[in-house]
Amino acid sequence: MKKFVAVVLVLMLLAASTVSLAQGVAKEDIKLGVILLHDEDSTYDANFINAVKEAQASLGLSDSQVILKRNIPESNDCYEAALDLVDDGCNIIFADSFGHESYMLEAAKENPDVQFCHATGTTAHTMGLDNFHNSFAAIYEGRYLVGIAAGMKLNELREAGKLNGETPLLGYVGAFTYAEVVSGYTSFYLGAKSVCPDVTMKVQFTGSWYDEKEEKTAAEALIAVGCDVISQHADSMGAPTACENAGVPNIPYNVPTIASCPNTYIVSSRIDWAPYFEYIIGQLMAGEKIATDWVGTIETGSVKLDEINTQVAAPGTEEAIQATIEKFAAGTCRVFDTQTEGFITVDGAALTEDWRPGEATDGAFVEGTKIVYDGYFHESEYRSAPYFDIQIDGIELLNSKF
Amino acid sequence: MKNKSSSPKEPLVHLTKRMDISPLCALGVRVLAFLFGMIICGLVAFLLIERLNDNPERIGEFYQCFIKGPFSTRRKLWKFLKNSAVLLCIALALAPAFRMRFWNTGAEGQTLVGVLGAIAVNFYLGGKIPEWQLLVLMLFASLLCGAIWAIIPAVFKAKWGTNETLFTLMMNYVATYLVSYFLVVWVPNGSSSLGKLSHGKLPSFYHDYLLIILIVLGLTILLHIYLTHSKHGYEISVVGESENTARYVGINVNRVIIRTMLLSGLLCGLAGYLIGAGLDQSITPNSVGGQGFTAIMVAWMAKFNPFAMVITSSLISALGQGAEQISQDFNVSGAFPDVIIGIVLFFIIASEFFINYEIHFHKRHNMAKEVLKG
Repeated sequence: MKKFVAVVLVLMLLAASTVSLAQGVAKEDIKLGVILLHDEDSTYDANFINAVKEAQASLGLSDSQVILKRNIPESNDCYEAALDLVDDGCNIIFADSFGHESYMLEAAKENPDVQFCHATGTTAHTMGLDNFHNSFAAIYEGRYLVGIAAGMKLNELREAGKLNGETPLLGYVGAFTYAEVVSGYTSFYLGAKSVCPDVTMKVQFTGSWYDEKEEKTAAEALIAVGCDVISQHADSMGAPTACENAGVPNIPYNVPTIASCPNTYIVSSRIDWAPYFEYIIGQLMAGEKIATDWVGTIETGSVKLDEINTQVAAPGTEEAIQATIEKFAAGTCRVFDTQTEGFITVDGAALTEDWRPGEATDGAFVEGTKIVYDGYFHESEYRSAPYFDIQIDGIELLNSKF
Repeated sequence: MKNKSSSPKEPLVHLTKRMDISPLCALGVRVLAFLFGMIICGLVAFLLIERLNDNPERIGEFYQCFIKGPFSTRRKLWKFLKNSAVLLCIALALAPAFRMRFWNTGAEGQTLVGVLGAIAVNFYLGGKIPEWQLLVLMLFASLLCGAIWAIIPAVFKAKWGTNETLFTLMMNYVATYLVSYFLVVWVPNGSSSLGKLSHGKLPSFYHDYLLIILIVLGLTILLHIYLTHSKHGYEISVVGESENTARYVGINVNRVIIRTMLLSGLLCGLAGYLIGAGLDQSITPNSVGGQGFTAIMVAWMAKFNPFAMVITSSLISALGQGAEQISQDFNVSGAFPDVIIGIVLFFIIASEFFINYEIHFHKRHNMAKEVLKG
């Protein structure tokens, strides 16, 4: 009987929440709470803070409708912060760091009337909660595009006879051997390979998401082994500075470095989170459901390229990138193209049609989910966070302890 | 005065050590210092915070944040009590070592390995053995890890006279990297983020945090008894006053050093257990979050007296939560809370100067007379 009553109560609650959702929330009643791992001093969090401000301005929300909680660690403090925001009357709460997820989830379970949105997370699609959502961006497409710029630069260097070795070599500073990073450097490599077929790449990991000194050291190590163009996952100034000092062309991430590295900066890609904030608030106002997994794309304005430095970039880079963006939109170009012979191989063999996520990433996948079909690897389609974690031929990991 | 040498170069101001300041007067000086610190905070805020600068009438709201942050809702009050309790627990761990003048700056690392011990047991055994056994094993692991981390510098100090301040400080970094290492080993997807484990949570009585608060309060009383009413406590004080005196009266100094640091490490381990099993059920290199260093301040301001530490730890947590509230309500950067706490603590510590020393101003005509005499 008790169980029955509980079930009925839950159903009523659900019904009530869907009804209130269906009506939508008036604009002046919207209150957004944002949980940040650090503050403006971290480029990662600054990217989110700027996006919140942009969305706030474009939607016309007042300052009292947006609450930022800075320096919230990935611990019980995150849960406390989320509940504090509920107490403060927030009807939508966002957290920006991967490690916040389990604490956000707990707060979401206890507050079914409040929407919880978590960037970079991986569990929303298997949790079955109506009010917990993950989001990411198809940044692999952005990486592919800047990879094209890198490949064209390599071709230009080869024609001028300025390559360090016999064949063109890329360098990449990674954080951890995590799928998000692997997906990032692989798509960068493939972008370069699409215009420069014999390119290879070396990756040096730092074992930290943000460590300016380590990133600089890693970039210097890559320069020492003869890399012709360098890119990185991390967003500190470490690698760009090392490249500017050594005069090696560089493609940074999340920060355009044209001002401080005018002689080596080519182009950079980044995720713009403003469209996501506009989307979730818009859905709330319209009384529509927020997608469990939302992937921002080039069309939504979430994947952005910063200005191309014509002093350094090879001629025709902008046109080539623009042409590829159009091919992406038309579906005629795929980043993880498994059809084109010799484009993606693992130990010399092509990726087979029945490839499934590996042991490391599959935790959050329904068993037997097919990821490779129709001639390409379907990245970010089964959940928003990237899951391409295959080590493909042509990329050598200099240190893989992370 | 007149007996003293009266050279014309005698400074305008001179200090004498106060021997007998009444406790009430001393308290008065500290309260004044605190209030003065708060006024300075207001001024600094006025200069730095845009939202305050544009609307000066919000200064009242600024000060209200110090009440609103820690006390305005039941949840905030519980959080305040929990924060104070955890901070107090680490400060309690430092008290015995500090009384012995063993400057243990390694509470951060000793607590962190305490968390690591608990989480390691939880990671490998969680769900495989009954929950109560798991919690007991986690406790033992925490205590053991904390103790090991404290014993190493103590042994080096006792045997070879190494500098304990540097040694314990360096052990913090080893602890941090040890945690990073285990996160790489434990998290196969490479994100180094363990997430919340589903087992090994301390039971909740009435409120999730009540047990933690009661444990720490009980510990405060026990430690007070240990330090002031036991032979061990007396030995600690003697060693702290003078190692030579201690040797002379037949105290085995090395034994006292190692034993006291063992206690320090065990208590840090317990604090780690409270964090690992009572709150987070997970670990990051930042799980202790600098509380091991803040606890030094807590212990110092309370003159290593456990009951006074209840007050100093509460004060610091309340200030912290209040300053966070300011950061939220006035939308200022995350460093601002640290600035606020820093300013207030600076004034409280500076006030010790006025409690310990009396300032004498030479009166002009006296000086003139003395000059004439000379």
